[in-house]
Amino acid sequence: MQLQQMYQEIILDHYKNPHGRGLRDPFDAESFQVNPTCGDEVTLRVKLDGDVVSDVSYDGQGCSISQASTSVLTDLVVGKPVGEAFQKLDAFVELMQGRGQVEPDEDVLEDGIAFAGVAKYPARVKCALLGWMAFKDAVARSQGAA
Amino acid sequence: MTTTAAPLDVTALRADFPILSRTVRDGKRLVYLDSGATSQRPTQVLDAEKAFLQQHNAAVHRGAHQLAEEATDAYEGARQRIADFVGADFGELVFTKNATEGFNLVAYAMGNAATSGPEAERFVVGPGDEIVVTEMEHHANLVPWQQLAARTGATLKWFELTSDGRLDLSDVDSVITPRAKVVAFTHQSNVTGVINPVDVLVAAARKVGALTVLDACQSVPHGPVDFHRLGVDFASFSGHKMLGPSGIGVLYGRRELLEALPPFITGGSMIELVKMEGSTFAPPPQRFEAGSPMTSQAVGLGAAVDYLSIVGMERIHAHEHALTVAALEGLSAVKGVRLIGPADAVDRGGAVPFEIEGVHPHDAGQVLDSLGIAVRVGHHCAWPLHRCLNAQSSVRATFYLYNTLDEVDALVDGVREAQKFFGVA
Repeated sequence: MQLQQMYQEIILDHYKNPHGRGLRDPFDAESFQVNPTCGDEVTLRVKLDGDVVSDVSYDGQGCSISQASTSVLTDLVVGKPVGEAFQKLDAFVELMQGRGQVEPDEDVLEDGIAFAGVAKYPARVKCALLGWMAFKDAVARSQGAA
Repeated sequence: MTTTAAPLDVTALRADFPILSRTVRDGKRLVYLDSGATSQRPTQVLDAEKAFLQQHNAAVHRGAHQLAEEATDAYEGARQRIADFVGADFGELVFTKNATEGFNLVAYAMGNAATSGPEAERFVVGPGDEIVVTEMEHHANLVPWQQLAARTGATLKWFELTSDGRLDLSDVDSVITPRAKVVAFTHQSNVTGVINPVDVLVAAARKVGALTVLDACQSVPHGPVDFHRLGVDFASFSGHKMLGPSGIGVLYGRRELLEALPPFITGGSMIELVKMEGSTFAPPPQRFEAGSPMTSQAVGLGAAVDYLSIVGMERIHAHEHALTVAALEGLSAVKGVRLIGPADAVDRGGAVPFEIEGVHPHDAGQVLDSLGIAVRVGHHCAWPLHRCLNAQSSVRATFYLYNTLDEVDALVDGVREAQKFFGVA
């Protein structure tokens, strides 16, 4: 059934038990992103320690895809240098915009590869990218402020 | 509304809509419950568009050749039939690209009134004036008024909603005051299907000399509507929600108002006399139809109102009412489902929005889609309404003449399936 391809167990697990959820202090910058077609929203904070992403915290309302992908994001980027985090971001964006034609690299995206099935549903790609766009924006803001 | 007419023969009628017999998502029978967003077109409409393009296509209101003449007749003939359908006169209907453009036309024309001479004085809006809307509006009949207020310095006011999603009309005179210049409101909510008491709002607006602008997008397709009888000053609706083509909407304006209203979009076709120093404008409706207009779309919409008239608007309304009652009943019996808006079908059209506890609307829509059921998810261009009713977003099923009770059952079963899939049942 197609539905299971999209809603992999990993996604449902992250949705039901999200990692890193909740807004925390201290933080360097915050980003609010909204998906205007469905009203889903996320507020995400980033704390950098030098060049390293030391914390990502977030809160929001959204579907399983947007919530789970933000949860996966925190696993992937916290503790990593900004450059490496952005490589993962690029890889995730490429996967999501690939219409199901991109083979994801598990070494880079870990649990993020579970979203490969979502990429086949254009209407849901924005959901999967919501938290990631907030992360990108928050990092840019924190670096701009530095 | 009671009707003695025979019920619809939906099986026969569905044969007119080829798309309804296709399958989706690996062979699932299509259950189309999203007509509130866009309706499907019957063969009769598609054939009329094709016949026009194959036999009569030409630019209208220009050219002296036979095709130009036939195309103009087809275009204006459609205007006449659509006018008859909504209780208006021929010259009171303006073709627009969609309903949204109709609302913008009125809002921008009012914004232009201050610099358009004494005739347009009655439309002038400025500081101290009030523009009244409701929390129920589709963004199309909200944002243009917010913008008009912002451009002119007028104040935006609005009717709030009761907890079950109806307009709070407990103190109409405090919202529609003598400062009101325009009162814009929906006939039928695109989210909850709530039908508003047009007479109450028109009476209050008239008392203070304010213009009324009706969003008729969800009412004209689904029941008998007579603009003259309703007494509204302006109304806007779209073709694609009433079995017609996309790319065409209709603005109704009372004749004397259209005659005094300054133009919005200017250019060719809408002029009377053009000199380098300036221009004068054609009478309505041409004044509001600048540039080459849509043609096959107008013809298609003419065919759509012919189709709807043959089926009968009262019968369509009664049919949708029965589906709505069944959907409300079926969904309210599912534990964990919260209906948004009124729990009953009184003064209500065929729209049923709801939430499923523990299943985000987007996810619910995905499960329904996997079963072949097409619904709308999100805020349906009515974000303030959702906020009022404490919903971040919703799942919305909407019905039309071609939907069946079986499809309502499929929806209810699909909701249970979504609960099972996400482990909340």
